[in-house]
Amino acid sequence: MRLTCTVNGREETVEDVWEGESLLYVLRERMGLPGSKNACEQGECGSCTVYLDGVPVCACLVAAGQAEGRRVRTVEGLADGDRLDPVQEAFVECGAVQCGFCTPGLIVQAHDLLARVERPSDAEIREALAGNLCRCTGYEKILDAVRLAAERKASA
Amino acid sequence: MDFLRPTTWAEALAAKADRPDAVPIQGGTDVMVEINFGVRRPAALLDLTRIAELATWTNQDGRLRIGAAVPYSVIIDRLGGELPGLAQAARTVGSPQIRNRGSVGGNLGAASPAGDSHPPLLAAGALVEAESRDGGVRMIPADAFYIGVKRHALRPDELIRAVHLAPATGPQYFSKVGTRNAMVIAVCSFAIALHPGERRVGTGLGSAAPTPRRALEAEEFLAKELDWAAPLTPALLDRFGELCAAAASPIDDVRGSAAYRRHAVAVMARRTLAWAWRDHLGRRAA
Repeated sequence: MRLTCTVNGREETVEDVWEGESLLYVLRERMGLPGSKNACEQGECGSCTVYLDGVPVCACLVAAGQAEGRRVRTVEGLADGDRLDPVQEAFVECGAVQCGFCTPGLIVQAHDLLARVERPSDAEIREALAGNLCRCTGYEKILDAVRLAAERKASA
Repeated sequence: MDFLRPTTWAEALAAKADRPDAVPIQGGTDVMVEINFGVRRPAALLDLTRIAELATWTNQDGRLRIGAAVPYSVIIDRLGGELPGLAQAARTVGSPQIRNRGSVGGNLGAASPAGDSHPPLLAAGALVEAESRDGGVRMIPADAFYIGVKRHALRPDELIRAVHLAPATGPQYFSKVGTRNAMVIAVCSFAIALHPGERRVGTGLGSAAPTPRRALEAEEFLAKELDWAAPLTPALLDRFGELCAAAASPIDDVRGSAAYRRHAVAVMARRTLAWAWRDHLGRRAA
């Protein structure tokens, strides 16, 4: 089947999509956007988190056809040209990245949190990121990064 | 595999009537897992996400009608006041990403004994609105909906359109045992709903039997023994816990043993009744 949707502001069309395919597979394998990571394929790890019509979801659990005509925003679509999003910047500065596999999902999920809550409490940050697993167990620096990004965004 | 995408409810019913083998997909949080892992290869997927009305709810004549696709995140944010038990259960579902996609309609369609929304639906006395093109609308009480492990009372040509519930008239609580506070499938769970007007207490057990179920003897016991103006006695709480545990018929599996589940059901039953009763007496005093 053919699939057309808007990805990071650009209309994309791909052909020969299998009906049982996930949006994650389409993004990575057909559209050349490997930022969203493929790990668990069952919604447990959050590594494939993307915005679908402005709502963060696990791309591995969205059937490709469900994205027809919808707006998708991936981690590749957060930066403004060469200027990183404040969440991305904060992850770099805080060293919130170890192996990096969970990072794109965490960044999209944290990006959504800070768009909704200006100054999230630690409990709110933990709750928002509860579905994003880091197996390097680097959570403390991830929390630092989200706090830093929140501070900068709030005082900007 | 065919991918069917109706844009109206009538089209969806027609598609399901013509293709009873089509698997309905909403948030995909169960269906896509099975497809990703090759556990299931349906002949067709019936995508319901284009039917806008399924994601809406109404509050009319003292009844809430919640569209099958209303996501858990919306139940938590918008319906927590009217449906505290269901909203508490919704908060324990997966992660924010899962709650943005998962819905009560999907939970019903999957009919897993461990589904988080089932116990509060049972305790509140919810009705499932099912419909088919040729058979019309059927209102199925929640306690008649679950008929086996991951099996429900829907006919092959039927779809779930909505769930009907009365807004809470008394305290409601949900409790769930798991290994952490997120991303947890219930080891077992329990819901309670006080219906002070009817002098009745509703219950719902999750992940403690082949299907979600009520603890009927426990409900009857409370209907007879409860003094709605007095504090609970330890003896009554213990007996209630015992009767709820007796209503379970759990199995040993990777998440927990049958004996543990029975014990945990008794503990959760006592706790949730005590929490609800504290609120109930507080409201009377206020």
